[in-house]
Amino acid sequence: MKVYADNAATTPMSKTAINEMLYHVENTYGNPSSLHAAGQQAAMALLKARQTIAEYLGCEPKEIIFTSGGSEADNQAIISAAKLGERKKKKHIISTAFEHHAVLHTLKRLEKEGFEVTYLDVHENGLISAEQVEKAIRPDTCLVTIMYANNEIGTIQPIGEIGAICKEKKVLFHTDAVQAAGHLHINVREQNIDLMSISAHKFHGPKGVGALYARKGVILTNLIEGGAQERGKRAGTENIPAIMSMAAAFKEACDNIDENAEKVLKMRNRLIDGLSEIPHSILNGDREKRLAGNFSMCFEGIEGESMLLYLDMEGVCASSGSACTSGSLDPSHVLLAIGRPHEIAHGSLRLSLSEYNTDEEIDHILKAVPEVVNRLRNMSPVWRDLKEGRKEYVIQ
Amino acid sequence: MLYSEKVMDHFRNPRNVGIIENADGVGEVGNAKCGDIMKIYLKIEEDVITDVKFETFGCGSAIASSSMATEMIMGKPVSEALTLSNKAVAEALDGLPPVKMHCSVLAEEAVKVAVRDYYDKNGIEYDASLFPNCESCDHCSL
Ligand SMILES: Cc1ncc(COP(=O)(O)O)c(C=O)c1O
Repeated sequence: MKVYADNAATTPMSKTAINEMLYHVENTYGNPSSLHAAGQQAAMALLKARQTIAEYLGCEPKEIIFTSGGSEADNQAIISAAKLGERKKKKHIISTAFEHHAVLHTLKRLEKEGFEVTYLDVHENGLISAEQVEKAIRPDTCLVTIMYANNEIGTIQPIGEIGAICKEKKVLFHTDAVQAAGHLHINVREQNIDLMSISAHKFHGPKGVGALYARKGVILTNLIEGGAQERGKRAGTENIPAIMSMAAAFKEACDNIDENAEKVLKMRNRLIDGLSEIPHSILNGDREKRLAGNFSMCFEGIEGESMLLYLDMEGVCASSGSACTSGSLDPSHVLLAIGRPHEIAHGSLRLSLSEYNTDEEIDHILKAVPEVVNRLRNMSPVWRDLKEGRKEYVIQ
Repeated sequence: MLYSEKVMDHFRNPRNVGIIENADGVGEVGNAKCGDIMKIYLKIEEDVITDVKFETFGCGSAIASSSMATEMIMGKPVSEALTLSNKAVAEALDGLPPVKMHCSVLAEEAVKVAVRDYYDKNGIEYDASLFPNCESCDHCSL
């Protein structure tokens, strides 16, 4: 049996999104900047996509900028806010230690340019509070950037509360909503969000396309100079088929949020309950305040990459925050940020579901994971030391 | 795939997994914080390795490297096991990705540390510079 349980990495495209993409690949070939009929047809399509996305985010179409994905949107949002701040001599930014690298690495770059960044502690439950943000705001704070939902552990931050505080304190608020968009009800006005990043491939749309919402009045800095596309804020002839497909996928996802969440939540809860019976295992992050489809666990005494490879042999596609899968020698910064020691963070497994998964697939995972954990523990010297009492368990 | 077929074969079906009770030499290297620990157990009769087992906490290439190393020293004189290089282990696996080369280093070192343990237990003199020490490893930042 093949089970795709890595939807936080990327999702398979929906039929709707595929059909929309194919249609526009074939039919909407004009350049939206051209004045002739083919161009205007493309411009109309683009406008429709922008309207659809704006409608579901609760903003105006002109507040949406299409980008190459979540990373670009994160970069542009943060750099724009920093440039605006710099002009007013405000060079302090508030973020968290467990943001996506698209945010963290942009912040690192700004730190080199003289900005100061406060990284809020996300605690063991993977949550920050609005009070923490409030306390950290200073007269020279120009931006608060806090992810909506974490990609590795799935926890959801109190975005509306943070937005309210930022509004009151007159500080720009950006949220990386790449994992949340299409999965949670978002309304940028009600939640007082100034800047927000989304990416199509996390809600059954295509890869390489996303959007940046920027509230009217928040002046963006270009990352790409050139033509006057996207109100002059993002040059380059628009990728119409991808953008159309994203809009179709987003509409479909948003129209079915509650129904999908209910289905996915049931499957996820079965998995968490079942896998928690594995001795010396622990769920990462708060049990309740999380995305319906995303959870991560650590299993003591084993390493994540070998877990993934054995699971792959059983047909299960999953992911891990172990160092070996990250391409660096350190385990996931997210798991370290919530206080997991290195040796425990190496033994992490993330399973992320979508509404395409089935109960039979969950049964299969529930059978495969304990087998793989046992197999690896049986060849682990660390596990033997724990079992024979030479070392103390970290996870009880 | 990131790994060669050979690596995957040794990962899927690791050879010589387990422990040897009252082993003549035991070597453990690595650090759980870095994400890899290897432990090699040797049974030695008249300076020949008559049995070898391993336990590994680590990634796919760590498991495959230990498995390959045990195959390469099984039945060999101790002096020959000492010449096992990480390169030879990696080559026997048809190569390892660059970021995984340290796994073959751990395999070489685990064998050496197990042999040293055998020498120590039996009062056999040896040249200490032939053996790794933890400080020489720059694998992790810890
Ligand atoms: C939270 C988060 N932010 C940003 C990104 C980057 O998005 P993209 O792959 O579209 O650049 C991802 C996904 O990879 C993500 O999960």
